[in-house]
Amino acid sequence: MTVNPSGWRPSAPAAGDGAAPPTVTGNRALMLEEPLLFEIGGRDQTGVDFEAVESGGSRLAGLERSGLDLPGLSEPEAVRHYTRLSRQNYAIDLGLFPLGSCTMKHNPRLNEKVARLPGFADIHPLQPQETVQGALEVINRLAFWLIELTGMHGVAMSPKAGAHGELCGLLCIRSALEARGDAREVVLVPESAHGTNPATAAFCGYRVEDIPANKDGRVDLEALKGRLGPDVAAVMITNPNTCGLFEPDMKAISDAVHAAGGFVYCDGANFNAIVGKVRPGDLGIDAMHINLHKTFSTPHGGGGPGSGPVVLSEALAPFGPLPYAARYPDGTYKLVEEESAGQEHPRSFGRMTAFHGQMGMFTRALAYILSHGADGLVQVAEDSVLNANYVLRSLEDVLDAPFAFSGPCMHEAIFSDRDFAEGISTIDVAKALIDEGFHPMTMYFPLVVHGAMLVEPTETESKAGLDQFIAALRSIAARARAGDESLKAAPVFAPRRRLDETLAARKPILAYKTPAPDGAGSGLGAHIGGG
Amino acid sequence: MRYLPLSDADRSAMLDRIGAGSVDELFRDVPEEARLTGPIHGLSMHASEMAVERDMKGLAAKNMVAGEVPFFLGCGAYRHHVPASVDHLIQRGEFLTSYTPYQPEIAQGTLQVLFEFQTQVARLLGCEVANASMYDGSTACWEAIGMARRITRRSKAILSSGLHPHYASVCRTMARFTGDALDTAAPELSAATDAERLIAAIDGETSCIVVQYPDILGRIADLTPIAEAAHAAGALLVAVVTEPLALGLIKAPGEMGADIVVGEGQSIGVGLQFGGPYVGLFATRERYVRQMPGRLAGETVDAEGKRGFVLTLSTREQHIRREKATSNICTNSGLCALAFSIHMTLLGEKGLTGLAKLNHARACEAAVRLSRIPGVSLVNESFFNEFTLELPVEARPAVHAMVEKGVLGGVSLGRLYPDEAGLAKGLVVAVTETVTDEDVDALEAALKEVCK
Repeated sequence: MTVNPSGWRPSAPAAGDGAAPPTVTGNRALMLEEPLLFEIGGRDQTGVDFEAVESGGSRLAGLERSGLDLPGLSEPEAVRHYTRLSRQNYAIDLGLFPLGSCTMKHNPRLNEKVARLPGFADIHPLQPQETVQGALEVINRLAFWLIELTGMHGVAMSPKAGAHGELCGLLCIRSALEARGDAREVVLVPESAHGTNPATAAFCGYRVEDIPANKDGRVDLEALKGRLGPDVAAVMITNPNTCGLFEPDMKAISDAVHAAGGFVYCDGANFNAIVGKVRPGDLGIDAMHINLHKTFSTPHGGGGPGSGPVVLSEALAPFGPLPYAARYPDGTYKLVEEESAGQEHPRSFGRMTAFHGQMGMFTRALAYILSHGADGLVQVAEDSVLNANYVLRSLEDVLDAPFAFSGPCMHEAIFSDRDFAEGISTIDVAKALIDEGFHPMTMYFPLVVHGAMLVEPTETESKAGLDQFIAALRSIAARARAGDESLKAAPVFAPRRRLDETLAARKPILAYKTPAPDGAGSGLGAHIGGG
Repeated sequence: MRYLPLSDADRSAMLDRIGAGSVDELFRDVPEEARLTGPIHGLSMHASEMAVERDMKGLAAKNMVAGEVPFFLGCGAYRHHVPASVDHLIQRGEFLTSYTPYQPEIAQGTLQVLFEFQTQVARLLGCEVANASMYDGSTACWEAIGMARRITRRSKAILSSGLHPHYASVCRTMARFTGDALDTAAPELSAATDAERLIAAIDGETSCIVVQYPDILGRIADLTPIAEAAHAAGALLVAVVTEPLALGLIKAPGEMGADIVVGEGQSIGVGLQFGGPYVGLFATRERYVRQMPGRLAGETVDAEGKRGFVLTLSTREQHIRREKATSNICTNSGLCALAFSIHMTLLGEKGLTGLAKLNHARACEAAVRLSRIPGVSLVNESFFNEFTLELPVEARPAVHAMVEKGVLGGVSLGRLYPDEAGLAKGLVVAVTETVTDEDVDALEAALKEVCK
């Protein structure tokens, strides 16, 4: 510590002085409380100027609106409102976000820059196609690399998110079966699968049955073979699976499913572990969605937007949706839509969304692929697997890792609550991590591990960052094994303590209601600060 | 490589800790024959920012930019001025790089924004509750049909001919697999919407009527009689709004009796982006909320009694109910919903109404000028900021001819309905606040030429 030349020293707080003093505003220095827009804005306030209108004709069919109650804010107030709200969020830009199956990697800012080039951002989806050849080329180029990286035959670019991609893949499968007059009723899904898998299968009209796992956490191949039959349309497999383990029998699974006349859908959420190193197409899959917002770094944005292109096998590609961007021998690009489907894509199952897909995510993902290049993508997979194994081996002595005995994990490591003391559960460990400055790992998923904690560091974490995380989690794990009750109070430092989710579901308040003049509010609790 | 922080020394130390000799050992579960022997064929090695930017700029330069020419396209995506602060705010790392707010204690920013967004959407659409957004208007539309099926336990949906053809196409695709029967039709080049046809088609098997407002030709119709007819038969009215700015000036569908109101929020805050990502709006009556798909943010309190927000009613969703979920949807359109909400906040009621008036006034002026071109007539009696012209020639080649003159003159109905000869001369023209007098001059001149 450097010497303070004036000799002044601050006085120490009185011992035992635990509680911090309350403030008038409810703020605590940089931790600022922020009321709802409806409590601070006004119907007459606005942060936008534009030219006044001379009233001309009115062609509104006599349906003029009266009474719209929406508050506005001036620009300075709006900027403050949203800046303050942003500061109540954890984010990848702040620290490790070790959510298993989410691949919370750094979002490169170059991607944001190129997505905003007017030539991409300020073009309309229905512009005559000769005026958007560059945009169609982006879609086509990205499609090409996704096919190359997965070793597949075709790709549907239009699905708007991973779950939408799953829907696309299953609809291709259903269409292919209908085309050969072989309607089947069942889809097999491991119990460890992401919830979207059975939800999608059910939407497509299938009955969902479980595929059992063996003690090593992998699909039980013999049990699967035993169940396959003429009523099984497809199996939905995640590989690496949701326990972070590679399915070594993947090819055998695909062969068995094909022999029984079914198709293999692969959930590509975990592609980050194998990108550039393994091609799922070589393992016999028929369809796989790729989450561009996972492996290919497009931003999660607080919950979306996603993008879920689906790579397809030769058997399924003819049934893929409309539209798609095709390249012609003369080097021009064109959208194949309903108009030319009859000649160019007659067995398509149809259109899944208006327009052509998540163009803003395509530009970002293409920039990502070009930035990393062939060598960089391989490094992505290797570093993500290295980081996860480092975390696994650094914690397995203090946190039960049910599959650590069976060998390395892939890009994510799974732990269970087996060694916790009575009364302490996974959620307490997660909330304690919040106080340590980390977003918790994925909790209680997959269902096949009790109190599951699924940790995916990704390749964009430094060793120093991982070491800090490991140290924090070691300490918390020790407290969990010792039955330290203070864990149940966590988090204590976050902008909010644990929130009552039961109350929110029992008495849903889903929109702001202006309180009645008598002061009787519709809200549930005290809000802090001026209003 | 600039995005990969591990050094060789780090990797070495970590392999030591793991007890492996090389990274390859960590991939031992991958069968030999499935491992690639070299990097992906044809993809160059890693590239600098500068090189990637140059490459992408080259592709961007091949596109005609809407803001650089007279521009009049609409039909489900609209060009409006988005205030500069919107893009700055959505790029704050705490918004851009945050996740779904499953850990609410450290996601109150996202959750409060979603609660505000839900309130803004519900009020704009004239409904009691709205969700935290869907992928886009077209998927929101077919999810609404699914929701109507669940509520009414019927499976025949009647789609107005004024519904965007892409939306109708999506609904037809999904109906093949859900078993819904759809009654659809192509529009006519006339001032009247097909309200009469819809009302006549309602019977005891109808789950819902789906009406777009304003419709694909820009026509505005009172939804009240359709709502009444639907309700009398035990069916629901689903209204679809592809230009939410219109609701700054005309009655909201919820006010006229619509039970489910869906829409495309793109025109507020989001930008054209060649078709995506956009933001689906979904609103309904409070009593139907448990049948609504998608995420919902709700108010609650924390352990100290402070107000806070959480995702709620999750038993509707896939991560809880799995195959019994109301939908398979997982992501919403978070960042786009944020952009929508910030733009709405900056507008406020006063700004939204003022902006809507400006759009309508400019559209009225343009409609008068363009319908005076010899051979050109205005199809609409009513419109907000988008109307249909009937040209004396086929509109699709006319649009291409106008491109040669540097004008993006609208969407030909031939592009949207290539098989409908009766629509071939229709041109849909959108006029927003971004259109100048010079732009209209240019369109007028170009149309005169191509209509000769």
